[in-house]
Amino acid sequence: MLLETIRLAIQAIFRNALRSFLTVLGIVIGVGAVIAMVTIGQGSTEQVTADVEKLGSNMLMIMPGQDAMEGGPSGTVDQMFTIRMNDMIEEQLGMVDVSAPLSTARARAVFGNENRRTDIVGTDNRYFTAARWEIARGRQFDRSELQSGKPVCVIGESVRKELFGTSDPVGEVIRIKTLSCEIVGLLRSKGASTFGSDQDDFVIMPIRTFQRRIAGNTDVSLMIVSVREGVSTERAKKEIEAAMRDIRRIGRGEDDDFTVMDMKQIATMLSGITGVLTGLLSAVAAVSLLVGGIGIMNIMLVSVTERTREIGIRLAIGAQTRQVLMQFLIEAIILSLFGGLIGIVVGLGIGLAGANMLSIPFNPDPGIILMAFGFSAAVGVIFGFFPARRAARLNPIDALRHE
Amino acid sequence: MAELSSEGEPLIRLRGISRLYGSGEAEVRALDGIDLDIQKGEFVAIMGPSGSGKSTAMNVIGCLDVPTAGEYHFHGVEVANLNADQRALLRRHYLGFIFQGYNLLPRTSALHNVELPLIYKGLGRAQRHAAAIEALEKVGLAHRAHHDPSELSGGQQQRVAIARALAGNPEVILADEPTGNLDTRLSVEIMEVLKGLNENEGLTIVMVTHEADMAAFANRLIWMVDGRIESDGPTRKAA
Repeated sequence: MLLETIRLAIQAIFRNALRSFLTVLGIVIGVGAVIAMVTIGQGSTEQVTADVEKLGSNMLMIMPGQDAMEGGPSGTVDQMFTIRMNDMIEEQLGMVDVSAPLSTARARAVFGNENRRTDIVGTDNRYFTAARWEIARGRQFDRSELQSGKPVCVIGESVRKELFGTSDPVGEVIRIKTLSCEIVGLLRSKGASTFGSDQDDFVIMPIRTFQRRIAGNTDVSLMIVSVREGVSTERAKKEIEAAMRDIRRIGRGEDDDFTVMDMKQIATMLSGITGVLTGLLSAVAAVSLLVGGIGIMNIMLVSVTERTREIGIRLAIGAQTRQVLMQFLIEAIILSLFGGLIGIVVGLGIGLAGANMLSIPFNPDPGIILMAFGFSAAVGVIFGFFPARRAARLNPIDALRHE
Repeated sequence: MAELSSEGEPLIRLRGISRLYGSGEAEVRALDGIDLDIQKGEFVAIMGPSGSGKSTAMNVIGCLDVPTAGEYHFHGVEVANLNADQRALLRRHYLGFIFQGYNLLPRTSALHNVELPLIYKGLGRAQRHAAAIEALEKVGLAHRAHHDPSELSGGQQQRVAIARALAGNPEVILADEPTGNLDTRLSVEIMEVLKGLNENEGLTIVMVTHEADMAAFANRLIWMVDGRIESDGPTRKAA
């Protein structure tokens, strides 16, 4: 009899092809959206972490102030660093390979009729080592340019493309604020970061040039430290903190007025951001799931009249309540399973396509798949089965006369 | 279900059957203490004005509806003591229905519609198919077996419904205004099918109608008014 009931249910599914299709579609949309969104969200989180690790697990940043992690204004003006502090870190700590002082500003770079607003970075050749930049054309700064703060610069690929098009920029002179600056080198492109920000969009000049001609002070706002191979970042961080307290003359019991961040922390911070992103995507997905569910509900409720009549007919010709119910339950389960499976395939397909397009890893989460599937199946079964159950409990004659 | 016996009893025996709808002020007495016996092999027509309770009487006899009070013996078994599932078994094995609105499953072939009661009787596929074709032959529609109801005329749909009622090999056929939606020519056609089943196969038929011409095909006429039986006797054979 069970086999017969399954056959009846399958017949009913094909008999009501449109209704079945719409129900399946609702489930497919719900399940597919959740799986696609969450898979892409989690993939990008993993990608950020991987990117940051690739940047160098042996890289640390030293920033003024205590709340660099929060990123908000500290309320008090932080005491900036100096070039001397940077050099002391490099000289005093044997584990430090290089330490580069950085100072930055936003400004417009002008060449002929072209101009571009970009980041201006004052630093020295150690930055190329610490941040792993390669010179594609031309050269780094020379000793005299660095020491006397000559108006020279090395530019990123995006600045070159914007200002020079196809011609060679080395030897040309660009204007930044009031400073006329000769281009001595071009950096090899690193491309967009995970967040799509352009890493090649900046102009580097000797830090003394920057301090004197752009900033008008002797501040260093960031130090990028590269430690030797095999040194744990934990230990490096501790030693740098101790050395910094010493250099900055911070007494016992006083708080640090700087922050040392290793890449793991930066990774955590960035994953926090992508986590929010994943959360947002999941919320969108949850709405899709709900909409799919409401779709199923609507279709089932709209067809209640016809189904109630059908139930009346079946009861009149001698079907027992539980036989009718079993048929409708099996029908709902088949549709939900079918829709769920297609939804999983579609969701994974979109997730895979999205992962390829954004070049992020594709690691679907079985828990999410189960959850989305379970929810849609539940909606399908509940709204497919419960109206049928109400109908099957009527007197057959009332079910037959249902308007 | 155990074999039902009816030694010395009529096939259908109603005593003091009442059916009330609603309650208090809105209470409607669709049946008001009906006594009725129907013997095996009778062809009974129930007539009466709208709201006289003729359809309700038919539904109670067909175990589609449950009386509020009174005794109903079918084959000597008190139906009031049966639960919904047992009543379903009674319908499955002993009763066949024909409705005014045909009540065929839409988008389902005539053959499948006729097979439906046989599925619940637990027949295998081959047996079911043979029995359904045989039933369709009896109503002259075997050649339309694979058509959907929407492709059939009203008369043909009603004949499919008759075939469905016959397929289960019932003892009683209950027909609720079977010609209500049909023109005279088709109505006569349907009535001749029913008459033939009654005379040749010995089927007991209980039919509700409001057309005297159709009632004339029966052997016995029951006239109902206000939930009561007003007259009960043989139809005039003048028709």
